[in-house]
Amino acid sequence: MSNRLDTLPTFEVRVNTSALSRRRFRARGRATNTLLGCAGLLTVALIAQFLAPLGIVRAQDLPPTTVILAAFIDLLGEATMWMAVYDTIYVWAIGLVVASVAGIVVGVLLGSSEPLRRATSSTVEFLRPIPSVALVPLVVLVFGPRYESALVLVIYAAFWQVLVQTVYGVADVDPVVADTARSYRFSRWGVMRYVIWPTALPFVMTGIRLAATVALVLTVTAQLIIGTPGLGQSIALAESGGANARMYALVLITGLLGLAVNIVVRLVEKRVLAWHMSFRKDASE
Amino acid sequence: MLEVTHLQKLYRTAETSFEALRDVHFTVAPGEFVCLVGPSGSGKTTLLKCMAGLMKPTSGTVRVADKAVAGPPEGLALVFQEYGRSLFPWLRIAENVELPLKELKIPGKERGARVAEALAHVGLENSARSYPWQLSGGMQQRVAIARAIAYRPDVLLMDEPFAAVDAQTRADLEDLVREIWRDLKITTLFVTHDIDEAVYLAERVIVLSSTPTIVQREMIIDLPSERDQLSTRALPRFSELRHDLYAEIQKAKTHSALTLTA
Amino acid sequence: MKAAQSILHTLALPVVLVATWWVVSFDSTNVYFPSLQRILQAFPATWLDGGMESRLVVDGFASVWRLLVGFVVATVIAVALGTLIGLLPRVRAYCEPTLELFRAIPGPVLVPIIGLFAGIGDTMKIIVVLLGCLWPILLNTVEGVRAVDSVMIDTAKSYRLSPRRRIVKLILPAASPQILAGMRQGLSVGIILMVISEMFAATNGLGFTVVQFQRNFALPEMWTGIIVLGLLGLVASVFFQIFESRSLRWYTGMRRAARDA
Repeated sequence: MSNRLDTLPTFEVRVNTSALSRRRFRARGRATNTLLGCAGLLTVALIAQFLAPLGIVRAQDLPPTTVILAAFIDLLGEATMWMAVYDTIYVWAIGLVVASVAGIVVGVLLGSSEPLRRATSSTVEFLRPIPSVALVPLVVLVFGPRYESALVLVIYAAFWQVLVQTVYGVADVDPVVADTARSYRFSRWGVMRYVIWPTALPFVMTGIRLAATVALVLTVTAQLIIGTPGLGQSIALAESGGANARMYALVLITGLLGLAVNIVVRLVEKRVLAWHMSFRKDASE
Repeated sequence: MLEVTHLQKLYRTAETSFEALRDVHFTVAPGEFVCLVGPSGSGKTTLLKCMAGLMKPTSGTVRVADKAVAGPPEGLALVFQEYGRSLFPWLRIAENVELPLKELKIPGKERGARVAEALAHVGLENSARSYPWQLSGGMQQRVAIARAIAYRPDVLLMDEPFAAVDAQTRADLEDLVREIWRDLKITTLFVTHDIDEAVYLAERVIVLSSTPTIVQREMIIDLPSERDQLSTRALPRFSELRHDLYAEIQKAKTHSALTLTA
Repeated sequence: MKAAQSILHTLALPVVLVATWWVVSFDSTNVYFPSLQRILQAFPATWLDGGMESRLVVDGFASVWRLLVGFVVATVIAVALGTLIGLLPRVRAYCEPTLELFRAIPGPVLVPIIGLFAGIGDTMKIIVVLLGCLWPILLNTVEGVRAVDSVMIDTAKSYRLSPRRRIVKLILPAASPQILAGMRQGLSVGIILMVISEMFAATNGLGFTVVQFQRNFALPEMWTGIIVLGLLGLVASVFFQIFESRSLRWYTGMRRAARDA
């Protein structure tokens, strides 16, 4: 008996320490991974540095990394560059918000009615794959190189992403849960608020995440092709002026902006869905 | 046929280590049917993974058919508890059974014959062209068993294979495994936490202690070799063995290498 | 009866929409929005005249060729690379930040860069399409490969399947739903980039032709071009859907079985 009392606590302690050290171990693994990741970026930078000096590419086509970074630092001090970043974010954000709201509203409407969904699915399937860039010539004529041109393209492209995911999410509601809610005589609004919306939310967030990327692609496209103000236009200008180091630096900035967009959207998604998870847990308790 | 010699497994991390297996030592003779039982958290899974060559022990050796195990050994087939995750859902039943045989470089004609024979053995000759997810859980586990016997292993390891099927299916599958063992003389090691199942199936039962694990006791099951669900389970000897094993497992819940060797 | 009903559901709304367009635009005097009637009248002369020399054949073929080559090569590279990266954690840690950065660069800005190296010919457009399609397929493949069930991997190991067979019979099929999701994203990005690269600098192709009409103020012709681009997107999507449902028959079946259970 005394034996048992001796062994059990030690066993407990062992488990705890091992869990603790496992966490520490994982932290160490993460540190190694970060180092490896930096090594990867450094490799790319080094290769780009020496491709031109070694005569593999022409220096004007791919300036060495140091030259690009110098141009990058110069750009950070230019007010026009920050204006271009602002313009890009501005169009992207407005386009994304409009497309998301429209996508969610229409999506919930179509998703919650089976006949409506059946009647519209072919139309959605028909319009969705139409590449929004097909509208470029039209917006060029109608709006010219102004924000509106970019907004039309951005909204058209982003809308379908949100719409399709929302319809899918709303249609995914467990019929048993919906029936239960109805049998407890939830109001229409109650069903929407407590049954449909929580189920559809993860899908909606996926749609918004995809839409955010697409919206940025089309914002930059409009700037590049139509010449609406922003980073894409700056890139086109640098290119036509033969300022290639500057062009690469601008592409790098655009990439960092894209990275920031990805990270922000992922954080928002995590936040919203974390709330959503705890909300669901509360509801089930 | 299967020799486990002073097996020890430590899970080492940066500062501490957790000892799952202390000193596990046993053998299974050719053609024997042994059940391995132990309380939950007794390192059964660790032991099984070490025997199957999916995990390296810290010290000690496993020998299958007189060859030391380093990596998954030849001539060993493993049947998992999670039938739904061990069959490949993109392959038809016959293709699932056939896949390991292709690795053995068996000519096509013989492969087909072996697959048909194995499926007939488990009563699934009519489902060869179905996909796993079209079958019930019990039938899927039959497929996994067919895959194992078509492989013609020297040793068949089964990891709580019937823990996730309903009681009636379970009884049928137990009889199927006994029948296969008797017909094909495959050395079988069957891991279970179910005491009745262990007594009903085995010729010998090995009881594991809690972690750090050692072999706490071995019991010979001296029941007649012809067994069936009704009469065997009604034998007084069955109840006695069941009682003994139950007491042993209760003991194992608090016993480990630390108490038993102290 | 059921088939008739489903045809009705499929066609009703599109027919209504086209009819509305027809009626509303019928006496349109707005130069930018010519009547549907005029657009449709302009269509045959614009796209079909000349048989094998017609715009639909010549420009359509040029565009589709660029899209197809870029997409297929991107898929092959992305699946091979993605499998490698997904299977080797160290390689993944090494590549991940670089991949994240490159993926975040919007595809269209690649057009001027690739133009520096490859001029404005077919090669440039194919490389632009390829690089655009690559990232979604690559990242989805990595995720798919990483998510392969551990019990299936243990099964393959315990039956001593060779690395080659393990990849062909286990890893790739298991990751295929995710790979195909990546290909679907990649295809729509690819179409956008094909059109953009042709609008930016080209001598033929659908994107080039449509922009030409716009520059020459040939409005009805430009509208026919928008319709052709839309149809191209639709046809590509339909073909892909057929391909997808064929390759994933097991997957849809499995999901349906799980849902019904």
